[in-house]
Parts: sequence; structure tokens; C-alpha cells
Amino acid sequence: MGMLEAILITIATAATPLLIAGIGELVVERSGVLNLGVEGMMVMGAVTGFGVALMTGSPWLGFLAAIAVGALFSLLFAFLTLTLVTNQVATGLALTLLGLGLSGMIGESFVGIPGVKLGSIHIPLLTDLPLVGKFLFGQDPIFYISLLLTGGVAYFLFRTRAGLTLRSVGDNHASAHALGINVILIRYLAVMFGGACAGLAGGYLSIVYTPQWVENMTAGRGWIALALVVFASWRPWRVLAGAYLFGAVTIGQLHAQALGIGVPSQLLSSLPYLATIVVLVLISGNRRLTMVNTPASLGRPFVPDR
Amino acid sequence: MRIELVKRPQRSALFSALSPFIALALTLVAGAIMFSLLGKSPLDALYYYFIDPLREVWSLHELAVKAAPLILIAVGLSVCFLSNNWNIGAEGQFIMGAIAGSILPVMYPDFQSWIVLPLMMIMGMVGGAAYAAVPAFLKTRFNTNEILTSLMLVYVAQLFLDWMVRGPWRNPQGMNFPETRNFHDYAVLPEIWSASGRAHWGFIFALVAAVLVWFMLSKTLRGYEVKVLGQSPRAGRFAGFSSSKMVFFAFIVSGALAGLAGISEVSGAIGQLRPTISPGYGFTAIIVAFLGRLNPLGIVAAGLVLALSYLGGEAAQISIGVSDKVARAFQGLLLFFVLGADTLIHYRIRFVATVSRKAEVSHGNA
Amino acid sequence: MTADVSSSRPLVELKGISKRYGDLLANDQIDLVIDRSEIHALLGENGAGKSTLVKILYGVIEPSAGEILWEGKPVTISSPVEARALGIGMVFQHFSLFDELTVAENIAVALSSDWSLARVRARLGDISRAYGLALEPDRAVWTLSAGERQRIEIVRCLLQNPRLLILDEPTSVLTPQEAEHLFVTLDKLAADGCSILYISHKLEEVRRLCRQATILRGGRVVGTLDPRAKSAREIAALMVGTEVGEVRSGLPHQPRGEMLEVRDLSMPAGGLHGQPLHSINLSARAGEVIGIAGVAGNGQGEFFEAVSGEVQQADAGCVRIRGKDAGRMSITGRRLLGAAFVPEERLGHGAAPRMTLSENMLLSRHATDRKAFLGAAGVVRERAIAMASQRVIEAMDVRKSAPDPEAASLSGGNLQKFIVGRELDRRPAVMVINQPTWGVDAGAAARIRQALIELARSGSAVLVISQDLDELFEISDAIAVMHNGMLSRPIPIGEATLEKIGLLMGGAEPGHVEHAEEPA
Repeated sequence: MGMLEAILITIATAATPLLIAGIGELVVERSGVLNLGVEGMMVMGAVTGFGVALMTGSPWLGFLAAIAVGALFSLLFAFLTLTLVTNQVATGLALTLLGLGLSGMIGESFVGIPGVKLGSIHIPLLTDLPLVGKFLFGQDPIFYISLLLTGGVAYFLFRTRAGLTLRSVGDNHASAHALGINVILIRYLAVMFGGACAGLAGGYLSIVYTPQWVENMTAGRGWIALALVVFASWRPWRVLAGAYLFGAVTIGQLHAQALGIGVPSQLLSSLPYLATIVVLVLISGNRRLTMVNTPASLGRPFVPDR
Repeated sequence: MRIELVKRPQRSALFSALSPFIALALTLVAGAIMFSLLGKSPLDALYYYFIDPLREVWSLHELAVKAAPLILIAVGLSVCFLSNNWNIGAEGQFIMGAIAGSILPVMYPDFQSWIVLPLMMIMGMVGGAAYAAVPAFLKTRFNTNEILTSLMLVYVAQLFLDWMVRGPWRNPQGMNFPETRNFHDYAVLPEIWSASGRAHWGFIFALVAAVLVWFMLSKTLRGYEVKVLGQSPRAGRFAGFSSSKMVFFAFIVSGALAGLAGISEVSGAIGQLRPTISPGYGFTAIIVAFLGRLNPLGIVAAGLVLALSYLGGEAAQISIGVSDKVARAFQGLLLFFVLGADTLIHYRIRFVATVSRKAEVSHGNA
Repeated sequence: MTADVSSSRPLVELKGISKRYGDLLANDQIDLVIDRSEIHALLGENGAGKSTLVKILYGVIEPSAGEILWEGKPVTISSPVEARALGIGMVFQHFSLFDELTVAENIAVALSSDWSLARVRARLGDISRAYGLALEPDRAVWTLSAGERQRIEIVRCLLQNPRLLILDEPTSVLTPQEAEHLFVTLDKLAADGCSILYISHKLEEVRRLCRQATILRGGRVVGTLDPRAKSAREIAALMVGTEVGEVRSGLPHQPRGEMLEVRDLSMPAGGLHGQPLHSINLSARAGEVIGIAGVAGNGQGEFFEAVSGEVQQADAGCVRIRGKDAGRMSITGRRLLGAAFVPEERLGHGAAPRMTLSENMLLSRHATDRKAFLGAAGVVRERAIAMASQRVIEAMDVRKSAPDPEAASLSGGNLQKFIVGRELDRRPAVMVINQPTWGVDAGAAARIRQALIELARSGSAVLVISQDLDELFEISDAIAVMHNGMLSRPIPIGEATLEKIGLLMGGAEPGHVEHAEEPA
């Protein structure tokens, strides 16, 4: 396996959790809901996935647990913002704070224990191809799932009736309600899907990326996923592009640190965060672009009149 | 069975006052359940969390030490949240304020005079305000979401602090520990009542700030402007108020207060800069702001309550062996209940049974 | 949609329908009968309960009491899906459209899942041709005019072969000529066997179109009759109750100095869905009321923002108030010159919904009444403001449920009276008001119109932007028409006819209007 291929694989591993969480949040925002709790759901997925994988010895059970916990956690958010109509921004923050606190509490006994790692797949002949074999056919299963997820969501949103309905809810929830569409139900489902994705992304961090548990191990990735959705103008394939861009920045700065070039390691570590800001500025600064693509009812409260 | 919300014609004054208490009560219940699940007696746990820290005077001082930064930051955040500017980066402004305020004692340790301390406080405020002006600028000029930018800057600030204390500002006589030199006496924020405890003047700053901001918000035209722009930006424009100027005003005020909290904490409670100078005050302050219903006077009380939960966490860890991380979970849960309870202020909740309604209509009851 | 001649049984009967919202009885024991192939009018002023009744029929709201019979059988309609299944289609006054989706997508999303986009496109062509409703399937809805958007709503209904089509105030967004086109479509539909329930407060339309009318007032039925058999006066009296005094314009006015001048005002479109303004010229003199007619979406809102100063101009001389260049001034600066402004939207623009009435006094007057309302260091003088607020409430007879309630708790008419009164209380030299009585009950509307005339007669210049032609004819001294961001020259009221104005609203060249004899 060449040096370049090895780097590409690490980029994919860094990008995959961002992609999964980003796609999940994209669906949520397309339905008109802003869930800032991605970081909280992700870290809960990480601690749960790690713990269950450790206790059962099976990384797959860990993933399932992470998905379930993410979805359940997001249900809390959904109940507050969709049924009780609380402020979406504040509630999302609350979800993150709760997730960070709760995961720290749950994971305390896991610190320092090596985790159960998920192995990569191996297809005879294909995986052993020179240059690209491992990158294309020899990665961990979740990498492939992340790509399928992206394609699936793209197909769902733009080529199915259900996706059209979801987009209409995000465009104008009052019109959708007047047409008899069950806005609240669709949003509940979307939010839980987003939660499941965030949970899976978190599980990926603690089972594949670095099989261990460290408090706050998501280190802001949930927030970066939120920025990615904006960067992608709410289109699935662009989330992929953004995730890999960030993966490259993350891996790039890690390698730069290892090479010991003269720049302080903290500056390099801050590159992903600074890059996020730059990217956001570039996209939002183009007002035309944002106006056309932002789901018009994003973040607005909805109370059906009956 | 369905839950239905019926909008109240007016905000309920009763629930405006009651909702923080409802939220606290629900949190206590949830906490009690959590402790039982952990195998600890709920009553014992609640005692150590909330009663025990109040029993001794030195402990009350500790309460003031923890509450001071929470109140200072939350008061600034109330101005932001009321004007619909979501400053989530107060933690970063806290850090930058601490760094800016530490320039004199760290880089010019031989400059010792009574004027050092006031200068430090001012520089702290300026540092915090300047750092907060960045997301404000990006929002007004580029329409960039201030939640994400202010938050990203928190991580940057933390890394910057880490670099400073391990690099250029590391104590030359410190045996390679990642920390700056200890501040000289003229640079340490004095205690209020040193005979009985550690509480320093940061707490006084917090109370003064709360009163001043409360007055501004409820009695002056500027406060009116904050609220109108936050509730109805279009009406604010109609009134001739500038929402861009308000973005800067809100961020600079809260940045300055967060910066003041930072330098007060460093110079009052710690006495030097270290890689970590805050157990997440900037984030917990968000909870304080909401628990205090975005009213600076309420925030003083809320700050004390949350400071209590910090102390309680430490106390419970020592006496009944519960992890101090439970406190963080508690705090997050509290915010959830606060937000949920606030719904009652704007809406009445109705439980509707779907089946019986249909029968009623089709039989044509009058 | 074949004609059904077999049965003389009515298509739909509403019996004793009531709807209660807390203390408010929006519908009170309403009986309504619609026959097959009948165009039936539901008449009433704003706030009479028409929209509520019709939402009940369409399954959006549940009635508190009463029953609905469809072809003689009792039914429960608990959602629009069930309504559509029965054969009821509804075209709302406020369209339920999705700006970012295409025409075809907008239609498909309202239909059941066996309507694929391809099927929608195919049938769209058929329906368009049959009923004269031209639409391009792949255009994004935000690019369409109000008339075109309405066609989408109608097509949505027609694709489901309705037996009953409900239209709620359909002509409020159309020019007189577009409205006539709609009536032709509706006649054809009725002839093909579809019943129509036509909701309106415009008497002349109803008499042209409908053979049966049910009149609502205050939530109750006050008459069921043939609108052509009664005089307009009688029907209006039923709709409005006590005779609402005619608005008197008093002595013919002698216009004096120029109070408001707009010179060559142009503005690029703001945002995606905005309307640019092109070289607008206008002058309003002391003592006169100038009306600006026009269908919504032709730049009225943008014009209001430009004149009020919410959007400032590069050229200071573009807008002149009392002889001073005001183009570069903010709205506060213009108010200080003596101008007052009342925008179209009450809640969220003219008033902050969750603030009390006295707090809302400060909204437009914190600078002009600085000495009275503010003390040192910007401290708010609550007592002075409360007293001024009380003064306005009494002067305009504002009805409310508490001494100082939140703006959102007032009815539309009462809030509008307060907002207008708040500005009148300043005795402004110039008043610019956009849609003064939209959604306002008849009593409040008359009061507001009277107040505007009195303001003009006392020496101020009043500029009224309105979609309600009747209102403009009632109070204006001259009417100009806004179309596609351009303003026609004002036509003195003596020379203005409904037809001329209607043609200008539809976009006819100002010069050609003089020669128009036949309707377009």
C-alpha cells in the first residue's frame, strides 16, 4: 500500500463521521428544523457505542446501540421543539450540553480501556489491486455505508414523493399544513433520522477512528457537521465534498505536526476550526446562493391551528 | 391522545415567575431518579448537593467564587439572547479576556503599582470585547451564522491559551510546568472578606454588572431597542433601530463581561494562567441565563443555584462517591426543563382524546 | 365532471355548525345549502366568520357543534384528505404554495401519491386548455404573478374532479380584467356540473356571478337570498348591520403647498422575490388625499419602504418632505421632518406583537416625542407614555380586553385603529399609509377612512396605497396606479372610472387609457 493510498484512507476515516452526521442533519434541516444538538447526540453515540461494543465484544452491536441512543436522544429534542414549541436554538444547545455532561458521566469508567475495533473488509482480488485496491475495496464497512447513505438520501429527497413532501414542509410549513400534510410527524421522523445518523457517526469515532473513549472526544465535529450542511447548500453530494475537504485539512495538519515543521502544534490543530469559519463566510457572503437554497421555514416555530 | 397547544392571548405573568421553580423541581425529581438508578440514596445525594455546601461560611465564599463568572457572563448573554444574537462563544471570550488581562503581570512583572489591577480589568474587558467583535463582524458583513463562528473561536482560543502557557509565557522558573509565573500581589484581585473565605471582588463586579444591565434593559430606550430588535426585527427597522449596530452592541457588551469574568477568575481565584482556566463557565452561563429568564436580577439567583451544583458535585464526590460529572448532566437536564416549562408561559396545554371528538361531531351535538 | 341531472337533492348541507375559540364564537348555528351545478355566494364583511366556516367544510378545523350532510348522508370531515375524497376542492385566499418548487411539483405535492410528476404534466396540459388556465410545468413558483399562482391552486383542485369547488376571496389579488377571466372559467365549471362556493365581501362580483347567496354577520346567518333579486343597498345593510355612515369628504379642497415629493425614484429589486421600482414621480400637496391603486406585488411594499426611509436613497432629492431633501435620511429623520408612516403589516411591522400598546407607542415616536417620552440618559417615562396611549385609545375607540394588553391580543381592526391613531396623534404634515383597512371590520374601516380625510382637510398631505378600489374612490382626490414598479400619473377623481383604473392595473399604457371604450 503506497503512501498516497494510506493518506487517502486516513482522510476517508476522518471524513466519514462528518459525512454521516452531516447527511443526517441535512435531512432534518430540509424539513425545516434546526437541530444544534448534533455534537451532543454524537458524543452520546460515541460513549454508548464504545461501552456496548466493549461489553458484548461486538462492534456491530455497539453501532446499533449508538444509532438507537442517537435517535432516542433526538426524540427529547423533538418533543420539546415540535410538541412544546420551544426555541429550537436554545433546545439544541441544551441537547449538546446534556449530551456532553451525560456522556462524561457514563464514560468515566471507560477511560483508558482499549476498545473493540471494527475490521476492514476484504474482497478477494479487488482489495489487492495495486494503488487503489485498499482505498476502494478495503475500508471499514461504515465507509461504504456512508456513501450509500449519501446516495440514498439524494435519491429520496429529489426522486421520491416522500422526499418532495419533506422538502415542501421545509419550504413552507403553513402551506404544507393547509394541504393536509402532517408537518409534525414528518419532522419527528426527520429529527430521529438525524439523531440516528449522529449517533452512528459518534459510534464510528469510538469504534473505528480511535477505539477508545475520551471525554468530549467529538471535539467539535458535531458543530463542523452543522457548518457542512450550510457549506453544501443543503445538497447531499456537496456534503460529501465538504466532509472530505475537512477530512483532508484534519489529516493534513496531523501530518504537519508529525513532521515537526516550525509551526506550533496548537496552530495546526486549530486549522479545521479556522477553515470552518472561512468556509462559512464564503458561502454565506454570497447572499443570493443562501437565499435560494435555505429551506425557508428553517428554525421557525410551527403551531398547527385546529 | 394528543397534546395540543392553545396560544394564550397574553403572556402568563404567573408562569413567568413560576417556570424556573417548576424546572428546578423537575430537575430534582429527575436527579433523585438518576441517583436511585446509580444505587445511591436520593435524599442523601440531594442533601450533599444542595444543602451541605451552604452550611459553612467558607463554603458560601466558594459559592461566590463559582457564581461570579457565571453571573458576569450570563448577564452579558442576556443582552445577546434578548436581541436574538446567539453568542455561544463566551467561553472563548472568557479565555481571551483572561489572556489580555494577564499581559501586565506576565510580561511586565516588575511594573508593580496600585494601577496594575484596574488596568488588568480594563484590558480583560477589551480583550473579550475584541474577540467577540469577530463573530459580530462576520454576521453583519457576511451574514454568517454567529452560533457556529463564535463556537469555532472557542476551540481556537483554547488552543491559543494552551500554546501561550506552554510556549512564550511559560514560567521560566517553573520547572517546565505548563503555566505562567504567579501574579505579584498588585495583580491579584483582593478578597472581599479574607477572614472568612476566598470570595474575591469578582463577585462584586458581578452584582454591579447585573444591576446596571438590568437598569439598562428595563428602564432605558436602549433596552427597549434590544427587545424590539430581538422580538420583531421588522418592527425594529420601522422604529429606525439598526440591527447591525445592535449585533455589535450585544456582542461587545457580552464579550467585555466575559473577558472581565476571565481576568477576575485568573487573578482572583487562580493567580496565574494555566492550560485550563474554566470548567466550562461560558457554556454553563447559557443555562444560567435561561434559568434567570434572561433577566439580570434573576440571573444572580440562577448563578448562585448553578454554582451550588458545582460545589455540590465536589461535595457529593467526596462524601458518597458519586462522580462529579453528574453535576454536568444535572445542569444540562435543568436547561431542558427550563425550556419546557417556559412553554406554559405562552401556551395552555390541552390533552385531546381523538376518538371521542369524532363521535361528537357526527352526531351533531349542539 | 359530467352534469348530474338525476337528483334535485342538494349536494351539501351544513346544519347548525358552530365553532368556538375560547370566548369567541366564530360560527354560530350556521345553516347552508348548496345545490348541484350552483354557484353559491358566502357574503360577509371581514371577521364575519366566512373563512372559519369554509375551513370546517374543508376539514382543516373541527366544528364545536353541528353536522354536515353530503348528498343527504351525514359525514365527518376531519382532514383535507377526507374532504378531497368526498370531492371538495378549495382555493384559499392565501395560497398554499412552495416558492422553491416548480409548478408541477407544487401540484403533485397536494395530490395523492398515485399522481406522479409525469401524470401531473400530462393532465396539466389538458386542463389548461379546457379552462384557459395557462401554466408552465417547470417554472419555479416564486417567479410567477399572483394570477398565475392562483391558477396553480385551481388546477390542483380540478385534477381531482371536484363536485364542489370553494374559492375564498379569489379576486383580492386580481385586476378587474383578470377577475372577469376567472368568472368565465367558473361559469364553465358550473355548467360542467361542478358546484361552486364563492366567498367574498364584494357585492358587485357576487351579483354578476351567483344566483344564491348566504350572508354572514358576526358569525351568524342573517339572510339566504338571490343576490340579483335584492338591491345592493339592502344586501350591504344585511352584511354590515347598522347603517355605517357614509364617509363624508366635506368641502371641495383647495390644495396648498407641496408636502411630499417623489422625484425619479428608482430602486433595484431587493432579495429574490422583490419588485424593482422605475422612475416614480409623485407629488402630494397639503389638503389632499392621493390614492395609489394596484394589485399586490407590483411594488407597493417597496415604494413604501423607499418613501418611509426604511430603505434610503443615494440621491437626497429623490424624496422631499416639506420642501427638504430627505432621500438620504433614515426613517427617524423623515419622521422628524413631520412625516408619519403606517405599513401594510400590523403585527411584526407596524407594531411589535408581544409588546403592550403603551410600549408600542414608543416604536415610532421615540425620536419625535423624545422630550415627552424620554428622560435623562434615555430613561423611559412610563407614565407619560401610558397617558398618551390612553389618549389614542379613546380618540380611536380601540376595543381591548385589558387595560394595557399585548398588541397581538387585539383584533385586526382595533389594532389598526391604534396604529393609525398613534400616528395621527402627532398631527403629521405628511401621512403615508399602506393598505389602511385590509382585514379590518367595517366599523373600524369607516373610522379610519374618515380620520384620513379629516387629516387631509386640516392641512396635511395623505398618501394612501390600497388594493381596495372602492376605498380609493371613496376617499381620494386623485388616483394613480402602480404596475410593475412604475407609477402612472394621478387621475383626478372626477375623471377616474373603474374601467380606466382597471386597465392601468392590468398594465395598459397610461396614454392609451384615454381612448379605451371596451374592456380589454
